[in-house]
Amino acid sequence: MEHGFYTLQDFLLYTKGWAYILMGASLVVFLAYWKFLFSRDKD
Amino acid sequence: MKRRNFLGLMGAAGVSAAFATKAQAAGNVHFEGYPGSKGVLFDAVRCIGCRKCEEGCNTVNNLPAPEKPFDDLTVLDTRRRTQNEAFTVVNKYQPDGGPSVFSKIQCMHCLEPSCASACFVAAFKKQPSGAVTYDESVCVGCRYCMVACPFEIPTFTYDDPITPKVVKCDLCEANIQAGRITIPGCVAKCPKEALVYGERKELIKIARNRIAAAPDKYMDHIYGEHEMGGTSWLNLAGVSFSQIGMREDLGVKSGPELTSGALSVVAMVPALWPLLLAGLYGVTKRSEKINKKEKAEAVAEAISATQEKAQADLKAAMERAQADKEATVKREVAKALEEAAKAAEQGEKEEEGA
Amino acid sequence: MTTEAVSKKTLFTPFNVITGMILIMGAFLTVWRFGWGLGPVTNLDHNNPWGIWIGFDLLCGVALAAGGYVTSSAVYLFGMKKHHAAVRPAILTAFLGYLFVVIALQYDLGRPWRLAYPFVVQSGTTSMLFEVGLCVALYLTVLFLEYSPAALEWLGYKRLRNMIHRCTIALTIFGVILSTLHQSSLGALYLIAPSKLHPLWYSTYLPTFFFVSSAAAGMSMVLFEGWVSHKAFHNKMSKDYLSQHDDLYYSFAKGASWVLLGYVFIKVIGVAVDDNWHLLATGWGQWFLFELLGFALLPSLLYAIGVREKNLKLIRWTALLTVLGIILNRLNVSLIAYNYHLPSEMRYFPSWQEFGVTLFVCTMLVVTFKFIVTRMPIFHEHPEYKDEH
Ligand code: SF4
Ligand code: SF4
Repeated sequence: MEHGFYTLQDFLLYTKGWAYILMGASLVVFLAYWKFLFSRDKD
Repeated sequence: MKRRNFLGLMGAAGVSAAFATKAQAAGNVHFEGYPGSKGVLFDAVRCIGCRKCEEGCNTVNNLPAPEKPFDDLTVLDTRRRTQNEAFTVVNKYQPDGGPSVFSKIQCMHCLEPSCASACFVAAFKKQPSGAVTYDESVCVGCRYCMVACPFEIPTFTYDDPITPKVVKCDLCEANIQAGRITIPGCVAKCPKEALVYGERKELIKIARNRIAAAPDKYMDHIYGEHEMGGTSWLNLAGVSFSQIGMREDLGVKSGPELTSGALSVVAMVPALWPLLLAGLYGVTKRSEKINKKEKAEAVAEAISATQEKAQADLKAAMERAQADKEATVKREVAKALEEAAKAAEQGEKEEEGA
Repeated sequence: MTTEAVSKKTLFTPFNVITGMILIMGAFLTVWRFGWGLGPVTNLDHNNPWGIWIGFDLLCGVALAAGGYVTSSAVYLFGMKKHHAAVRPAILTAFLGYLFVVIALQYDLGRPWRLAYPFVVQSGTTSMLFEVGLCVALYLTVLFLEYSPAALEWLGYKRLRNMIHRCTIALTIFGVILSTLHQSSLGALYLIAPSKLHPLWYSTYLPTFFFVSSAAAGMSMVLFEGWVSHKAFHNKMSKDYLSQHDDLYYSFAKGASWVLLGYVFIKVIGVAVDDNWHLLATGWGQWFLFELLGFALLPSLLYAIGVREKNLKLIRWTALLTVLGIILNRLNVSLIAYNYHLPSEMRYFPSWQEFGVTLFVCTMLVVTFKFIVTRMPIFHEHPEYKDEH
């Protein structure tokens, strides 16, 4: 493994792991950001 | 390295992160496989259908003895596939009614295995040695790997209610790693050198040389060089492979490549949908609000308009009533006067007559 | 009439008797399946690892439960607020649909107790099945939350109910994301097997096909289920629900007609980009056209006619036709056109036990649905929470 990835399969396994974590993160961030964006709006 | 972690997802991403230095080679990444990884070359031209390889496999893997012994060649008369008790089988074909040709099947040990791409617990792994191994300890038994394998190799122990598992050839990885043997059981037993174990790169050279040395005996096709992205197991034959039970329409795209497009779209959905949908919701809500406001204004206007009209009507009615009243009074007065005048006239007449 | 006679009469209705028999058979099959393994009860083999428990229970189940996200997004996001009374029945159906899909899955998995392994032990992130599993698990939770206000109103937990009610929009958006993902990923499951699925059904657009058709399936299911419930639970329905009912019918029929037309086009594009025209002349081609024209184009037209002529009856039957069409499509992809290359004696046909378990699961779904709508505020509003939309 010291030389990175030798197969596309291993590479995808690794990158998609990050993709899933970021997907989760994006949802949380969006929710919080939406609140931030609109919290000063009256009604 | 054992890719196992208490949190699977973190494991997949995190553990290899430390070694990922070269992976960022950019968007157009290309993978060559493990250097020096091994494979097997099977030569159908040399194979005599003796089933010794089946026997060798059976022995080194401690599989149960088959119903009919390995030297009973009548089993070759029926087409067989891999089974839970047989990681490899030899089949007999008679292309165009000619002489018998034998073909051995087992896991092809794909360079980019479809089974590994399909498994949702990553139970399959392409090893540096070239073998594709399976880890029973994580398998859920969904059998998606069997759906995915283009060579229809993995089998499943359907009759086991508690620990059903997937079964397939592991190129003797476990045995070789443990030092029990140095070459796969089937290869060791072949009396005709129809099987050669070695570095895949070397095997391809050997295969090329055999074809070049006897072009009339061999098809100019090394099966597994490109099929499904290439396999560690390679086949040579004197007839076209589709005549000896190997599909030639599999294409050269590997399993991981087939799904990677859809997988990359997956990541875009949770990133873009909320923007779109929340935006849409915002627009709907806004137009609702505006609608409401306009409606309220319209209602207010309507109310005040009605009120004004009502007042005007009232006034008019009053005026009319007033006028009516006056007219009536006048009329009455006139009537009274008239009557009075009449009465006076009458009186005068009576007076005259009296 | 004595009380005894009354209770006897209510217990042994034909519905109850048949249901009871199916449930007993189901219990028996369950013991068989888990005690003796998949082998004795199924016709699955090494060439056909997936049978109707995946092809019907999972693929059709999830597609037909799409009514949940379709209705909630139409009402809360696309501004069809006047149809809010349709949301609860649709959410309930979807929730129970997914719940029983997951239950049915336990029968199919070799080691169901390891169901959480992909998320807690080792993740196969390259697998489409990982994506399906993750989304179905999350969406089941979302649906549970979306449905829970009805249960909480019934139980009288006011504070909790109001807390969840406030999250409606976020839950709806999350639900649409998850649905987009797993509806399409169910199609993407087959992307890895181009050599096994007939080229007319295999397409790199499979995920898109599955997603778009799920929207049509969802709307048609809402229409179809509205029709059935209308007959069975008319007395439970609020004036509000009933008065919106026809209007909703027309809206959803229009939507389904429109989506189906788009679906027909993308399917044809799928044939074109793979240059599979010549295959249309084969037997498989006729089967493909039968599915496409008879169960996608035809319902699209019938819906349109139904809406123009204000013909409720036509719309209802068209809904049924569409639902059958979706089932046919999913079965084609997963079973009928899958392994098309194998000789017929190696093809799969379900065992009676497989049919039995599927029937058992469907029956449990119906019984649960009936239990809930006769008790909880689904087709009507709870008197304490009126006008809160
Ligand atoms: S032949 Fe099948 S089981 Fe073997 S590595 Fe390839 S995909 Fe996996
Ligand atoms: S059956 Fe086991 S090895 Fe095969 S895909 Fe499922 S979890 Fe992976």
